[in-house]
Amino acid sequence: MDKNLSQRQLDMKRSLLDQGYLDEQFIQLEELQDEDSPNFVEEMVTTFYNNSARLLENIEQALVTGPIDFAKLDNYMHQFKGSSSSIGATRVKNECTRFREHCTAANAEGCIRTFLRVKQEHTILRTKLETYFQLARQAGPSASGGGAKVR
Amino acid sequence: MAGRRKPNQSGRYPKKITKYLGMDATSSAKGVMENGEQPHVLAVDDSLTDRKLIEKLLKNSSCKVTTAENGPRALEFLGLGDDQHTNLEGRISKVNLIITDYCMPGMTGYELLKKVKESSIMKEVPVVIMSSENVPTRINKCLEEGAQMFMLKPLKQSDVKKLRCQMMNCRS
Repeated sequence: MDKNLSQRQLDMKRSLLDQGYLDEQFIQLEELQDEDSPNFVEEMVTTFYNNSARLLENIEQALVTGPIDFAKLDNYMHQFKGSSSSIGATRVKNECTRFREHCTAANAEGCIRTFLRVKQEHTILRTKLETYFQLARQAGPSASGGGAKVR
Repeated sequence: MAGRRKPNQSGRYPKKITKYLGMDATSSAKGVMENGEQPHVLAVDDSLTDRKLIEKLLKNSSCKVTTAENGPRALEFLGLGDDQHTNLEGRISKVNLIITDYCMPGMTGYELLKKVKESSIMKEVPVVIMSSENVPTRINKCLEEGAQMFMLKPLKQSDVKKLRCQMMNCRS
């Protein structure tokens, strides 16, 4: 285990938490990682990104194919928000909440605006997590998961 | 049934506990969950991400887990599917707890709860409802229909520990 890489990984995690990209739920995922599932966190995040791509496409379609069905949009976003929340993706989750507020208000322009932000946060987080997991892999197994508790 | 059941001197739970655990003691298809046996949980959620999470949470708490992506599949697994005739022939699954998401397309968690509670075979199995939304009317509706507990998503290790305790002790 390279101590420098491990420290960089911890620092990056601290920074992602402090900047609100991730929350306590992400730490929960890391605490669940063990010898039986040594890549659990990365697998969870991969599953999330694979599944959310489809949901985001559905939302985008529903937004551009008029007339807008706000109930359907809200339903899609509820699902997307739920899984974002399960991996601790705070900023994404918060944009989802704003989107749903616009759905409730039947505000099409607001929905479109916030949807762009949802996609943006979604993409930004993916990039950051890719870097994070790369660091984790390079640092070695004992650097992540239950062994490293960043508070 | 009320009160706390303790194992007797040989460390085995009395036969009556099978009723609490949702198993008919006279049915040969089911058995007693004995001291040390892993509880079997059926987790129902339409989100793959959430299914992965709940499965890991439960496995880390020494539970055997079966997941289902919707209500009808869950009912099939429980032997309460549409084709009841074939299901009764020994394919009844032994499950100690059902945990289900509330918001699911098609059959909601509430509707699944109702079907379980309507079943003479499965009605004693505790059902826990999960939701990402804290809606008091929704919670009350589920509790009134016989849900054991309501849990807010995303689930954490402390939530599952609570569930584990509930499964090992007697419910009220």
